[in-house]
Amino acid sequence: MPLEAKNVYFRYDKKQPWVLEDRSLILHRGERLALSAPSGYGKTTLAMLLAGYLKPTQGRILLDDKPLPQKGVCPVQLIYQHPEKAINPRWRLRRVLEESGELREEMLDALGIERAWLNRFPGELSGGELQRFCVARALSCGAEYLICDEISTMLDAITQAQIWNAVLKEADKHNMGMIAVTHNKHLAGRIATRIVDLTDGKLRL
Amino acid sequence: MKKMNRRTKVVILTAVMAVVLITIYMIGIFMPEDAVTGSFLNAKRPPSWAQPFGTDALGRDLFLRTLKGLSVSMTVGIAASLISAVIAVIVGIAAATGSKWVDGFINWIIDLVMSVPHTILVILISFVMGRGMKGLLIGIAATHWCSLARLIRGEVLKLRGQQYIAVSRKLGKSSKWILVHHLLPHLAPQFLVGLILLFPHAILHEASISFLGFGLSPEQPAIGIILSESMRYLSAGMWWPAVLPGLTLVLIVLMMDKLGDNLRMILNPHSAQE
Amino acid sequence: MKQKEDSLLEIHDLSVSFRMYDHGLEQTDLQVISNLYLTVYPGEIVAVAGSSGSGKSLLASAILGILPGNASLRGHLHYKGEELTPRRQKYLRGSEIALVPQSVSYLDPLMKIGVQADGHKKPYPTEKRRSVFKRLDLPDKTEQLFPFQLSGGMARRVLVGAALITDAQLVIADEPTPGMSLEQAMEALQMFREMADEGKAVILITHDIDLAVEFADRVAVFYAGTTVETAPAADFKNGPDSLRHPYSKALWRALPQNGFWPIPGFQPYAGNLPKGCLFAPRCPYKTAECERELPSVKEVRGGEVRCCHAT
Repeated sequence: MPLEAKNVYFRYDKKQPWVLEDRSLILHRGERLALSAPSGYGKTTLAMLLAGYLKPTQGRILLDDKPLPQKGVCPVQLIYQHPEKAINPRWRLRRVLEESGELREEMLDALGIERAWLNRFPGELSGGELQRFCVARALSCGAEYLICDEISTMLDAITQAQIWNAVLKEADKHNMGMIAVTHNKHLAGRIATRIVDLTDGKLRL
Repeated sequence: MKKMNRRTKVVILTAVMAVVLITIYMIGIFMPEDAVTGSFLNAKRPPSWAQPFGTDALGRDLFLRTLKGLSVSMTVGIAASLISAVIAVIVGIAAATGSKWVDGFINWIIDLVMSVPHTILVILISFVMGRGMKGLLIGIAATHWCSLARLIRGEVLKLRGQQYIAVSRKLGKSSKWILVHHLLPHLAPQFLVGLILLFPHAILHEASISFLGFGLSPEQPAIGIILSESMRYLSAGMWWPAVLPGLTLVLIVLMMDKLGDNLRMILNPHSAQE
Repeated sequence: MKQKEDSLLEIHDLSVSFRMYDHGLEQTDLQVISNLYLTVYPGEIVAVAGSSGSGKSLLASAILGILPGNASLRGHLHYKGEELTPRRQKYLRGSEIALVPQSVSYLDPLMKIGVQADGHKKPYPTEKRRSVFKRLDLPDKTEQLFPFQLSGGMARRVLVGAALITDAQLVIADEPTPGMSLEQAMEALQMFREMADEGKAVILITHDIDLAVEFADRVAVFYAGTTVETAPAADFKNGPDSLRHPYSKALWRALPQNGFWPIPGFQPYAGNLPKGCLFAPRCPYKTAECERELPSVKEVRGGEVRCCHAT
């Protein structure tokens, strides 16, 4: 049951240049792929296409040979770089987690989420703490694939290691497929089973 | 004793103003009809301790009449601005979430309404709708939603682009769920402040339209009617029926305006820590 | 307090707190920087490393005197041996002390990049700006663009360039490299390096330790609003045995290339800081002494550290 991008092209507007041109990619469950490239190579766009946040201008995104479902919980979940933008600033964090389903104790423990944080507002927590909530939210909706777009770029090394260790453990446990967008080659080497550099011409895998 | 911080000051001021406004409103509403029936024996008396605003040509106590009139005007103001604000929210959300065609149409309507002077439009609508309370309400409500609608449209457009809304959709939430749980709570403060700031406009328009004779009927003790009646006697040196109720109206309107501004300051996260 | 004579910037026991509304109308003071120290000498790049919320960006605002209105500041700030008063800060910022702000929103949206980067100084340093921009890999047409036409990485390079063309003695660069390619980031840092080699100084605020270590002379590690250690940059290359503070060691071990081992726990909040050493709740070497009072700064092996167990 792979997640697949087939000859995907993307641009925001007819007058604009292509952001992505003829990219193809296959990811199987249990696989962890690291995408690396400098800014301007459409990493984030590719991530958003794969998670169904954007529609390709040409080409197709397929999950098990079918297009991504438009309604209901998406089996491909995206985690953004800036957690503070991906959380409603007026919601207490308990509600943020409950948006993706029942609050599970073991998920909180796995990500090192303090119980006291649940009653706080997003503005009161640091980026690293908020990112744990974003990860927990993506994991607890039963996703099969996880797309992580520079999720630890803005975090310090300790928080980065904490979050990634938790993500890897959960991904392993549920045999999830994962794509991590990162520019840090050490990090890519640590977390991925396969590393792809988008600068190597057209991506065909 | 610690020096009072700014937020405490604002909250106290706001509470005092709210109490004053509610008191005036209540006095007017529960005032018996005969309190404002006068006798010709007392006609045209200047202000005194017993009758702070004096009496009018029919011998009615103008202070009581002003209070009664204010409460009538406030009823009109509240009803009209409430209807107007609700229209604004619905139209604003429709413009921001509907198709391009809907958005374009709504923007065209907004431009149209805003390009005609309010007073003329209110007179027209009120006149067509048969004047009186009903005509006036419809007239004011139909003309005052534009700027708030535009504000809400902008706000919803901004919100719709937020990542957390996109995430919510990918977590399987319906548009309706997102509207109720993400959008509306965010708009609530804007709605409240917008509503309160609409009120001074509504009440002033009510007064001016009634003054011009296109609004409430002459037997209703609205401020506009009182001012309109006073004009006839102004040349005879009777200044109080015009000046005192007029000043009261200005005072109430300013209070309402200040109330709205204060509320905006408290609710706005940028100024909330000052 | 006696000043070190040759220092460019010296900060002692700096504390910054914010007046915030707590519940309803109660206001409390949140201390976000406590007893922070930092010394910068001419000719060096000092990297400031630490997690978000450790007070890195606030330090920049404190030095420049641009803290928000509800902040209050205690402690000693000295620039070239003289106290930095608000008046002096106003005079120095932009001329002798320059900031590379963290956010691209610091650019004036209605002003073309070229004019904006030149600043107020006359004659306009147009030639210098063009050469700086060229080195930063910014195309010639950049000067004709408005900020909204720039990509994130370009805007960042403009911000760096604008600081470099001033004749500032001290540049405070707040996370200057995100969004740049590795080559561009290296070039930008190389330019800072050259600036420092001319006898000026740079404070490089970053959470990217790898990059910082390559170009900085010393690294100051911040934790929960205070300096826990300042060490020669080489110590970070040598590994945890060369470092002094348990937090710096933990930071090193958490890097992907060095084991990727995180210590558990999280940085304490302003308003809920422990009484003694701020790192004590997470520290593997914690003793009763650590919880009693804030350890004083001591010199250990050519670095400064705030830990009673450091050797």
